[in-house]
Amino acid sequence: MKARLVLFGIGALGFAAVWFAGARKLDPMGSYHGAYGEILNAVSVPERHSTNVVSAVNFDYRGLDTLGEEFILYISVVAVAAILRKQKDEEEEDEDEAPTQLREAPDSDAVRLFGVGLVPVTVIFGLYMISHGSVSPGGGFQGGVVLATVPLVVYLCAGAKTYLRIAPPALAKGGEGLGAAGYALIGCLGVLAGKKFLENVVPLGTPGEAWSAGTITLLNLTVGVAVGTGFVELISSFVEELLRKAEK
Amino acid sequence: MIAPLQWLLFLLLAVTGPAVVLTREPVAQAVTVSFYGIVLALVFFLHQAPDVALSQIVVGAVALPLMILLAVAKVKRKEASRK
Repeated sequence: MKARLVLFGIGALGFAAVWFAGARKLDPMGSYHGAYGEILNAVSVPERHSTNVVSAVNFDYRGLDTLGEEFILYISVVAVAAILRKQKDEEEEDEDEAPTQLREAPDSDAVRLFGVGLVPVTVIFGLYMISHGSVSPGGGFQGGVVLATVPLVVYLCAGAKTYLRIAPPALAKGGEGLGAAGYALIGCLGVLAGKKFLENVVPLGTPGEAWSAGTITLLNLTVGVAVGTGFVELISSFVEELLRKAEK
Repeated sequence: MIAPLQWLLFLLLAVTGPAVVLTREPVAQAVTVSFYGIVLALVFFLHQAPDVALSQIVVGAVALPLMILLAVAKVKRKEASRK
């Protein structure tokens, strides 16, 4: 134990010395020497009608990278679902196991009232974030996760049966595939129009309005669907056996 | 005006970071890592990166602790059924 601390101390001192030496020569906050950022700031609104430059980069100028990220998430969700799935021999084991507590609606009025207040606000905030990705900070990814917390609140406040009603597993699985495929299909619009894959060929609209920036907004919608349903699918596969009891 | 806030947040980071490591109980750790995620999001927000801050909030303060809690709950259920 002591030797470990001494070893850590030596390493930490060395790290601190190098870190302070490096940090002293750092430029002050906000200074920027690259050209790429300045160019994007200048061209994003006139070229793509997107007032959120980050979205313009993620879903247009570097749209292909985001397609890759979309599939990283997709594969992760598939992997979790595959690892957590019930196998035949496990199923038989389950028959004689102690009954796991099924999540019923809680007795407390305060919890239910909290859920009633929280759900609509979260739904609206999530939809707003997805649909306004090209205008203000946020976008499909952030909004999708916000939306995915809604079934979780419902699960905690209204029980497993209501959860299954608003987020049936088939819907979550279908939405995940549809969202991921939608991104690639919107990318194909550019090819169909005789231009490049993921080229922004949809009418751009007025900068600052929700329906603007062409494919940037459309791609945000598909990402929102994919991420939202993907996270719901994750939650479902973790509480799967409880949900299956609720189905009976 | 920004500088004192910056120092405050950096100090909070320096406190919450080790706190996550020093919390040994997984359920408690989900809470500390969530708090750490929020502080980190505030640092991003203060440095004029609201998009990154939002992503940090949904991943670091919501999704990660949620996955930890769900995994712990599943493991505990398995252990209870073994007994």
